[in-house]
Amino acid sequence: MKTLKLLFLSFFILMTVSLEAATIRVKNGQSIQKAITLAAVGDTLIIEKGTYAENEITIRKPLTLIGESYPIVDGREKGNVFLVASENVHIRGFKIINTGMSNMDDSAGIKFFDSKNCTVEDNILEETFFGLHFSNSSNLTIKNNRLSSHAEREYQTGNGIHLWKCRDSFIQGNTVSGHRDGIYLEFVTNTVSTGNMIEANKRYGLHFMFSHDNSYIRNTFRKNGAGVAVMYTRNVLMKENIFEESEGASSYGILLKDITDSEVVGNIFRNNTIGIYMEGCSRSTFKSNSFTHNGWAIKLMASCDQNTFEENNFIANTFDISTNGNVVLNTLQHNYWDKYEGYDLDKNRTGDIPYRPISLFSVIVEKIPAAVILWRSFLVTLLDRMEKVLPSITPENMIDNSPKMRPYDIRTANT
Amino acid sequence: MFKLLKYALYDIVKSRFALLYTLFMVLVAISIYQVSEDMSKVSLSLLNIMLMIVPLISAIFATTHFFNNLEFTELMLAQPVKRRDVFLSQILAVMFVLSLAIVIGFGVPMILWGADSSVLILLGIGIGLSVVFAGLAFLASVMTRDKAKAIGISLSFWIYFSLVYDGFVLYLIYSLADYPLEKPTLALVFLNPVDLGRIIMLMQLDISALMGYTGAFFQDFFGSAKGILLSSAVMFIWMILPVSAAMRVFKRKDF
Repeated sequence: MKTLKLLFLSFFILMTVSLEAATIRVKNGQSIQKAITLAAVGDTLIIEKGTYAENEITIRKPLTLIGESYPIVDGREKGNVFLVASENVHIRGFKIINTGMSNMDDSAGIKFFDSKNCTVEDNILEETFFGLHFSNSSNLTIKNNRLSSHAEREYQTGNGIHLWKCRDSFIQGNTVSGHRDGIYLEFVTNTVSTGNMIEANKRYGLHFMFSHDNSYIRNTFRKNGAGVAVMYTRNVLMKENIFEESEGASSYGILLKDITDSEVVGNIFRNNTIGIYMEGCSRSTFKSNSFTHNGWAIKLMASCDQNTFEENNFIANTFDISTNGNVVLNTLQHNYWDKYEGYDLDKNRTGDIPYRPISLFSVIVEKIPAAVILWRSFLVTLLDRMEKVLPSITPENMIDNSPKMRPYDIRTANT
Repeated sequence: MFKLLKYALYDIVKSRFALLYTLFMVLVAISIYQVSEDMSKVSLSLLNIMLMIVPLISAIFATTHFFNNLEFTELMLAQPVKRRDVFLSQILAVMFVLSLAIVIGFGVPMILWGADSSVLILLGIGIGLSVVFAGLAFLASVMTRDKAKAIGISLSFWIYFSLVYDGFVLYLIYSLADYPLEKPTLALVFLNPVDLGRIIMLMQLDISALMGYTGAFFQDFFGSAKGILLSSAVMFIWMILPVSAAMRVFKRKDF
C-alpha cells in the first residue's frame, strides 16, 4: 500500500514537472485567449508570426507568453488587449496595436492588476491609448519596449508607461513617443528607471506624484509638450539624465513642485525655455549639472528653502537664475558662470569677488514678459551694469561667493 | 556725377580715416572670434559692436566729412552741376566707405573662422545702420552752419535711438503692463532702426525660441515671409528717409 502511495506520489510529481515544462505553440488563426484558458500554471505559450484580432485577452495564472518575430495582436479599437491579474506573468516579443480609446476604463495595450513578479519585455506598441498600465502591483520589470502613438491632441491619448500604486519595479531601455505622459508614476515607491528615451509626448515626458524613494538614471527627455513635471515627492535621485528642447511659454526642462530631500546630479539641461523651475522644494542638492543654451537656466521661486546648488556649469543661458521675491534661503557655491567677470589674483581657480546670477533685466522680465523686446539693448546693458555695482532691486542674498574660473568637465555616460 | 563721386572717394581715402576704421573693425572681430568658440556667442558680441559703435562712428564721421568738404562743396555748387549730384556724390561716398569698412573688417575674420547665414544678416544690419546714421548726420549738417552744433545734433540722434528711445519703450511697457503688449511693442520696434536691427538679428539666433511667449510671438512674426518683407521694407525706408530729407534742405540751402 505504502509503495503504491509512493509510486502515485512520484507519478504526480512527474506529472507536475512535465506540466511546468509544457510549451504550447499557437499558430496564426488560432485564438490566444483559448490557448491561455487551456494552458496550465507555468506553461510557456509561443505565439507564431501572424495577426491575431483579439482584445480583452485575460491572464489569471502564471504564464510565459513569447511572440515569435513580433506577432501582431490587433485590439480593433475595442477595450484593452491584454489583461493580467496574476503572479509571474512574462510577456515578450509582441506587437500590440489599436486599443480602444476610452478614459472610462483606461484602455491599454497591456494592463496589470494586483500582480507580482511580472515581466514585459521587447514589445512594440502602436496606436494604443494607454501603453503599459500597471496598478497595485509589485516587482515588475518593464524593459526595452517601444511605444508610439500618433494622436494629434493630448486628450486623444493616454500615458505610455503608467504605474499606479506599485513598488519595487524596474523600468529600463524603453522608448516612448507621442503619448500623453511618457512615464507616469503615482504612489510608486522604490522604483528605478534607467536608459529610457522619452520623446515628443503631448504633455510631460516624466510625470510623478507621491512617488518616494525612486531613482531616474541616464534617461533622455526630449521635445515633450511641457517637459518634465514632478510633484509632492521626497527622496528622489535624478542622475545623468538629459533634459532638452522643451520650448514654450509653459514648458520646462524639469518642473519641481514640492520635492524634498532629493538629489539632482550630473544631468544635462540644454535648449529649454526654462531648465529647472522650482516651487516649494526644500533640502535638495543640485550638483554637477550642466545648463547650456537655456532661456532661463533656473527659476527658483522664493518658496524654496535649504537647497544647495554646487559645482554646476552655467553656459550660454540668456538668464542664469531668476526668482520672484527678495527672500533667498538657498545656497549657491562653487558654480561656474560664463557671465562671471571677476578675477582670480591668488590663482586658486576660484574668483575673488562674488557673482550675482540675477540681473536687473531678468527681474523686469519676470514681472513684465513683454519687456523681453529690449533684451540686449544698450539701455538694458547699462541698467544691468549699474545694478551689479549697486544692487538695489535684485535679491541681496542670491549670490555665489566662490564662483569658479573654469568650467567643470561634466560628462555623463548618457550622451 | 561719377566724376564727383570719384573725387569724394579719393578725398576720404586720403584722410586715412577709412583705413583706421577698417583696421579697428578687423581687430575687434578677431579678438571676439579668439575669445569665444561658440558661434552664437560670437554673433551676439558682434551684434553689440554693430548696434553701438557702428552708428556712433558713422554719425560722427559723416558730420565731420561734410564740414571738411564744405569748401569743395561750395566750389562745386558754383559750377554748372546739379545740386542733387553734388549732395549725392558726397553722401554716397561716405556710405560706400563705411559699408566697405564693415564688409572688410568683419567679413575677412568671418571667412577665416567660418560664418553662417546669421552672420551675413549681421553684416547687412551693420551696413543698414551705417547708411541710416550717415543720412541722419548729413541731415544734422545741412540744418546748421556750425560744425560743433552739427556733431552735437548727430550725437543726440545716436543717443536718442540707442538709449533714450529704449528707456521710453521700457517706461511704456512698465506702465501698461496689464495690457497685452505684443503688437504695440512690435510697432514701437519699427520706429527705431537700431531696435529693428537688433530684433531682426536676435530672431535669427534660435535662442529667441527660448524666451517664452513674447519671444515666440516675435519669432513667429519675424520668421514669416511677411515679417521679413515688412522689416526689410521698414529698414529700407529708414535708410532713404534721412537722406531725402537732407537733400531737400540742401537743395534750398543758401550757402
